[in-house]
This record gives sequence, C-alpha cells and structure tokens, in this order.
Amino acid sequence: MNIALIALLPLLGAFIPCLFYNRNLNAASAGVIAGFSLLLLLLQAPAVFSGDIPLYTRSWIPAMGLTFAFRVSGFGFLFALLVLGIGLLIVLYARYYIAAEDPMGRFYTYLLFFMGSMLGIVLSENLLLLMVFWELTSISSFLLIGFWRDRTDARQGAFMALVITAGGGFAMLAGFLLLGHIVGSFELTDILAAGQIVQAHPLYPVTLILILAGAFTKSAQFPFQFWLPHAMAAPTPVSAFLHSATMVKAGVFLLALLVPVLSGTALWFTIVTATGLITLVFAAYMAMFKDDLKGLLAYSTVSHLGLITFLLGLGTPLAVFAAVFHIFNHAAFKAGLFLLAGIIDHETGTRDILRLSGLKKTMPVTAALTVIGSGAMAGVPLFNGFLSKEMFLAETLAPGLTGAWSWILPAGAVLAAAFAVAYSIRMLHGVFWGKPAEDLPSHPHEPPVGMILSPAFLMAVCVLVGIFPAFFAGPLVKAGAGAILGPDMPPYHMAVWHGFNMALILSIIALAGGVVFYRQRQRLFDAHVWCSRNLDGKTLFESLVSQMVHIGEMVTGYTENGSFQRYSALLIGSALVLGVSPFVRDSAPFLGSVPLTIPDPVTLVMGLILISAAIATVVTHRIRILSIIMLGTVGLMVSLAFSRFSAPDLALTQISVELVTIILMMMALHMLPRITPKESSSCRKWRDIVLSVLAGGGAAAVMMAVLTRPFDTISDFFLAHSVPGGGGSNVVNVILVDFRGFDTLGEITVLVIAGLVIYALLHNFDITGPRTDAQGYPWSRDRFPIILVNITRPLLPLALLFSVYIFLRGHNDPGGGFIAGLITVAVLILQYIASGIVWTRPRFHFDNHVIMALGLIVALVTGFGSWVVGYPFLTSTFAYVTLPLVGKFEIASAMAFDLGVYLAVVGSIMLVLVKLGTINSSDAQIVSTTFQREKEIQKEGH
Amino acid sequence: MLNIAVIIAFTLIVIAQVLNLYRLFNGPSLPDRILALDNMYIDAIALFILVGIHFSSKAYFEAALIIAVMGFISTVATSKYLTRGDILE
Repeated sequence: MNIALIALLPLLGAFIPCLFYNRNLNAASAGVIAGFSLLLLLLQAPAVFSGDIPLYTRSWIPAMGLTFAFRVSGFGFLFALLVLGIGLLIVLYARYYIAAEDPMGRFYTYLLFFMGSMLGIVLSENLLLLMVFWELTSISSFLLIGFWRDRTDARQGAFMALVITAGGGFAMLAGFLLLGHIVGSFELTDILAAGQIVQAHPLYPVTLILILAGAFTKSAQFPFQFWLPHAMAAPTPVSAFLHSATMVKAGVFLLALLVPVLSGTALWFTIVTATGLITLVFAAYMAMFKDDLKGLLAYSTVSHLGLITFLLGLGTPLAVFAAVFHIFNHAAFKAGLFLLAGIIDHETGTRDILRLSGLKKTMPVTAALTVIGSGAMAGVPLFNGFLSKEMFLAETLAPGLTGAWSWILPAGAVLAAAFAVAYSIRMLHGVFWGKPAEDLPSHPHEPPVGMILSPAFLMAVCVLVGIFPAFFAGPLVKAGAGAILGPDMPPYHMAVWHGFNMALILSIIALAGGVVFYRQRQRLFDAHVWCSRNLDGKTLFESLVSQMVHIGEMVTGYTENGSFQRYSALLIGSALVLGVSPFVRDSAPFLGSVPLTIPDPVTLVMGLILISAAIATVVTHRIRILSIIMLGTVGLMVSLAFSRFSAPDLALTQISVELVTIILMMMALHMLPRITPKESSSCRKWRDIVLSVLAGGGAAAVMMAVLTRPFDTISDFFLAHSVPGGGGSNVVNVILVDFRGFDTLGEITVLVIAGLVIYALLHNFDITGPRTDAQGYPWSRDRFPIILVNITRPLLPLALLFSVYIFLRGHNDPGGGFIAGLITVAVLILQYIASGIVWTRPRFHFDNHVIMALGLIVALVTGFGSWVVGYPFLTSTFAYVTLPLVGKFEIASAMAFDLGVYLAVVGSIMLVLVKLGTINSSDAQIVSTTFQREKEIQKEGH
Repeated sequence: MLNIAVIIAFTLIVIAQVLNLYRLFNGPSLPDRILALDNMYIDAIALFILVGIHFSSKAYFEAALIIAVMGFISTVATSKYLTRGDILE
C-alpha cells in the first residue's frame, strides 16, 4: 500500500492547498504532502538498492487487464526521487515567485495534481494504469501551463501542449493495447520478460511506431518539438518542473522503460537514433538564437532530450547507462537554470538577453550559480554535465556502428555539443557580463533567500556529482540503469578523468568550436533569420489547426443549420429507412399467432379521445396556450391508458410529470410570443406530415407485429426476485432503487446537473413578459386572489402528508421517491402561484441547492454503505421491524436511496422552477437577494 | 348488481368525457377550454375509481388521489396564466 500511496498522496491531497487563504500555509501544506510522499519513497530505498522490485497489486477491472498495481524499480525510484526532490524545491521557490495577486492555493493544487500523475507514470506496474496517469499529466500540465489564464500566449501554449501530447497519448494507448495483445498481459513484469516474443510478432512495427509517437510527442522530439518552447508561457517554477525532471522526461522514461522489450531491432535503431540526433542538433542550433532566456533553455531542453533519445536508440548497455546518468544530470542543472532565469526575470522585469547586461555586480550570487549551471549545460569538466556528455561522445564512436552512421553520429554529436557551448556562453556572458544595463523595468537586486535556496541546492548537486560522481550519483544511477538492463549491466567507470581518449578529444573540439561559434554569432544570426522565417512550428501548427477548424465549421454549417425541423426530419427519416429495411425481403406474415383482443367500449372511446386530442395539439400549435391545454388532455388520457392496462405506477408518474411540465411551459410561454409565426412552406408541411404518419404508423405496426407473437419477457425474473431479492412487492420500485439502482443514481445525477446548468443559464437573465393579455386587455389587478390563497395554504400540510405516504409505501405499492418528489414540488409550487414569491420564499428556510446536493449525497452514501460491509456498490438489504402501535413493517436500505432520489428531485425541480419564476419579476428578485442577505447576516451573527 | 352499476357509471362518464372533448375543441373562450380540461380531470378520477372497482383492486386509489391534487394545481396554474400572464410572481 505504501508504494501506491507515494503517487496517490499528492493526487488525493491536491485539493488541500486550495483550502487556505494564507500563502505560507498554501506552500507549507503542499510541501508537507510532497514530503510525506518522499519519505514513503525513501522507505523503499533499501529494497531498491539491493536489486529488489517492491510490488503492490490490487485487482481493478480484471476483464480489461487493468490492475491497480505499482512497482518501485531502480529506474522508477530514480525518477520518483527527481520528481519529488525537485518538486519540493519548486514548492519552496514558488512561494516567493508567485505574485500576491495570483491564486497561490490553486497553483499548488495543480502542482500536486501534476506531481501525483507523474509519480503514477514512473511507478505504475500496469501499462493501462500508466496510460491513465499519462493522460493525467497531459491534463494537469495543461492547467499549469495555462495558469495565467488571462494571457493569450499562456492559453495558446497550454492548448498546443495538450493537443500534441494528448494526441500522442492516443497513439500510445493503441500501441499499449497491441503490446498487451501480443504479450497477453498488461503487467510490466510480464511485458519486460517478453522482448523476444514481441519483436518476432508481425505487429511489432506498428506497435513500435505507435508507442514511439506517444513518447516523442511527450518528449518534444522532432518534428513535435515546437510545443515545448511555447509552453514557456507558464510561470517559471512550472517550466522548471515540467521541462527538467518531469513532463517531457516522461517520454524518455517510457523509451528507457521499454528498451528491454522494443530495442535491438534495426527499426528501433533507425527511428529512435535518427530522431534523437536530428532533435539534438536542430534544437541546439535553435537555442543559440533565442533572445528569451526561457526560450533558450527550452530549446536546450529539447536538445538534451534528443541526446537521451539518441542514446536509447543506440541501445547498447553503456549507452543506456549514459542515458540514465544524463537524465539525472540534466534534471539537476536544467531545473536550476530555469529557476535562476526566473529569478532574473523576477528581479529585473525582463528575460531578454539583449536587454540584460552586466548583472554580475548587482546579483553576484545568482551570477555564480548560473556559472555552474551553464558550465554543466555546456559540458565543462568538473560539472556533472561533462561526465554524461563524455559518455555520450564515447558511445557515438562505438565500434558497432557501420557505414555512414560511423561518421554522421560523431559529427552530429560534436556539432550539437559545440552549439551547446555557444548558447551556454551566450546566456552567461550576455546576462552577467558587459556594462550594466540601465533601462531595465525594475532595479536589479538579489532575490530573497527562500528563492535562491532551491537553485543553490541544485547547483551544489551539479558540482558534487561533477567532482565525485561515483560517490554521489553512482548507486542511484547504477540502480536505475540496472533496472533496465538487468544482467547486461556493463562495467562502467564514473570519474572526472577517463584518460586521454577519443571522447576527450571530441569534447575539446566541441568546447573550442562553441567559443568560435559564440564569437562569430553575428554571422550565424544573419543566416538564421532566413531559416526561422520558414521553419516555425507554431505557425505551421496554427495554420493546421485553423484549417481543421475551418473544415469543421464547413461540415457543421452544412449539417447543422439550426433548423430543428430539419434535424428531426433527418433523424426520423433515417430511423424509418433503417427500421423498414429489414422487412423489405421478409416474407413472414404481418400478424403472429396470438389472437387479437376486442377492446371494450370505454377503452375504445378513450382511445379516440386520445387520438383526437393528439391531433388537436398539432393543429392548434400556433396558438401555444391552446396547444398546451390539448397536450394536458393527451397526458391525462395516456395515464388512463396506463391504469387500464394495469400499470398504476406509470399512471402516477405520468400525471405528476405532466403537471410539472405544464407549469414549466406556462412559465416559459409568458416570455415567448403567443403565436408561433408561420415558417413552413406547404411543401415542407407535407413532407413533415408524411414523415410523421409513416413513423407513427410504422411504430404502431411493429408493436402490433410483436404483440401478436408469443414472446418471453424478463418480467418473470423481476416478479420472482422482487420480494426475496429486494424486499419489496412493487416490482417497478424495486427495479428502480435496487436491481437497477446504479442507473437511477446516474439519472438523478443528470437531473441535478441539468438543474444546475439551467440555473446558471438563467442567472442574470433579463426578460419581461407582455404587459397585456392576448386580447390586449391589461392583466387582472388581483395578483393573489384571496380565495385561492386561503384554499391553498391548508392544503400544503395535507398534500405533504400525502407525498410522505406515497414515499413510504413506494417499496411495496405504487409510489416511491420520484413520484413523492414530484408531488412535493407541485404543492410547494402551488404556494408560490397562489401567494407569490415575496410571501413564500422567505418562509422556506432551506436552499434548493442544498436539498439537491443532499439528495445526491444520501444516494451515494447508501451506495458506499454496502462497501463498508463488504458488498458491491449499492447492494441493498432489508429487515422487518415491529414497533408498538405501528405493527410489523419493513426497513430496506433501498429506502435511504429512495430518499436520495426524492431530495434530488425536489431540489433540482424547485431550483429550476423558482429561478424561472424570478427572472421576470423584479420584486421577486429583490426578495431573493434580500433573503440571501438576511441569511448572510444570520450567519455572521452566529 | 354492482356490475350493472359499474357499467352504467362507465357509460355516463364516457359520455361526459366526450362532451368535455367537444367543449375543449369548440371553446369558444379559453376559460371554457380550461374548465373542460378540469372536468376531464374530475371524470378521470371517476374512471380510476371505477377501474379499481371493476378489477377489485386498491392500487388505483392513489392514482385518483394524485389526479385530484395535480388536476387542481394544473387548473390553478392555467387560470393564473390567463389572468396575470406570470404564474410565479
């Protein structure tokens, strides 16, 4: 369980920082949660370093192969340590970075959410579970990048990141499913052991390409690199976290994780190595020309990710070792550099290298730390970046490479390394040296101590690892690489001095080349201007997106022109075609063997009334009030039909729903034109008539054909199991609250959501009804007729009692929570109609929102209750109780669920009706606001 | 004996419903139609009770009760719409 908690703590605790209004508490709570997680992780350290892989497995959806399983491999441990360690430093840093006017609680909530998702990726044992977390990182990084939501560039950057990474994630899901199909399991342990089976399988190339698409988009590999620089619109702590240790590293994490399964083939080598190399060189080249500090670092990140991808593409044990080492090193120095760039931005007001100059006088500590960071980034000896870069250069010279690869790889590597030196010098020299800038937005000074602590710690790591690699990073990297390579772990040598060899020569060439590039930068800039015009991924992406939107609009405009008649004509027409087509070649007789019954005269006459009222509804549809009255007649007749054919429950429901609908329509009608204008041409009218007659007649014919044939229904099952299984003899109600309780839960949830949405849509909705009635006479002055008022008030308790009765008997006789809720709504609304909102609203001392929410909570709690006693969600139970006076009666847990239904129905329908009633009467609005104010005053009083 | 009474009652109520329908369709004024609908509700109560007697079942009693409540409220709402336009004010 501890292992699962490492990832779950930040996820579940994400909401906690949001609860505080104090900035220190925001940060502290986030820090405590991350700290706990780190502690749990460190508890696993002894096992991990001894080579074990602690596992935690619980079944989740076994039918899909999805288990709730976590593992701490050495590699996962290394990553989780980076995520949590750097995460904690970011938490500290952000406390000082995020401005007072920004919502700090929300920031930490997003951050923890992201942290948990990332931990989930690196600690998942099940591939599908990993996928879930993978998507969570896409969503949470979207929120983080778009944190400053009022800024266009932030929104665009966040959108682009989401589209690219989620799109890649989609491909990857397909790849995972294929992989699971090939191996027969989604557990990593099984998959990692099945490398040979996978590579021999005919689906291997497709699987590989799909998974690579996911990894490459996430890790911003060419040609998907462009989203990453635009994600720099995020607050700097976010960039530091996402683009050093976490988000973008998820892609290379996945590549490294699957090296034992997927690597070793020519396809893997070609795609991954080539992509890595192109990304490495191209991004390093681009980084040289970025004037924005964060833009420079972003491209540098892309380039370093390319380097890691490249190493994984080579796939040799030493290359994998170097990749893991570089993942660690890069996380340390890049996070630090981002934080330093944030400090510079924060204290000077700009991150433009062209404007910044000579800061080493005013910000000596920042300058010193940046020297370390850029030294590591450039690969200067004594810093950690140098060590992994040396290993990387040595790998490009590995003897296994043949043909053109043998010179393209080292040449590209050296070129990229030289670019890296050039942009590192540019960053350092441009910002801190030269004569002090005078036109900065704010006066530069050293940041508060809390802000400098985080980068200082990271830079200390860079130096210590750079000088004593075997001591500080050795065990960790060994455990990490060991987890990937298993028995193939190569002999490695981690030390500053490797002896005078080819790699060192290449390093020196790169350093010298970088200095030359920097000195000749003006010429490079001129050449670059030409390239940048043609090679901007953002413009391409945006034109692609806008074209897609354009096509979408065209399709939508053609199919969805806003005409409801057209939609229903299309819908009903296609239903007709689909419904009739099976019968075209069917030779079976229309009527089956069951004889027809002769209807009794009452039913016949009522049926005729029903039909004529239905036709009248259509005929009178222009005069809307008339049409509604006709509709009321139809509803009444339908409920009579229900009762005639022994469905009293349906009759009750039909009548109640009918009334609420009529009230709702009356309210809406008052704000709409009284007469529907003529819109249909006679041609269209005939089309509609033909369609409706065909559809109605067709449905009736099918019914007739079905009902005259002998058939088995599932009714018998419900009838047989209703009392023993659900403890109620009213089968309809038992189905609603017990057999299909989960459906009902979904339905009341939808009802509540609909209520909320309608409420939100009607909020601040300003509309006034007509001043006169249909004949042009002014409205009656008698707003609340005294007789009506005096009749309805005593009716309330009686009717409420009736609804309680209907509710209580519901389990065994016709009735139940839904009907009882509608009755309650009806009588409450009656009070509003008779006595007005001004009189009624203040007399109800409760909030419809609260009732509605309470209903959902009660229903949910009933459902969870069965978990507590070890049964599946919403299992119901019942018992018989005997009380004096009352006698023996039944208590069913489904009753509590029904209570939830009742409350949800009452709350949401009252919410909608009362809101609809208040929008056009000004004094009612005043009442509802004064009512709220009174409540606030009461609260303050308490 | 009861059977005959039920049959007679059914016949009368059905005739009443047809007459209600006539008033509903012919009006002439809106209050006429609303009254016709209200009458239909009342006759429906009678029908429910008669169905209950006919099937010797208690299950229809509540349905009749609900129509009594709901039909009244429906008529109130419609009348309020006619006199004031705004039914919740």
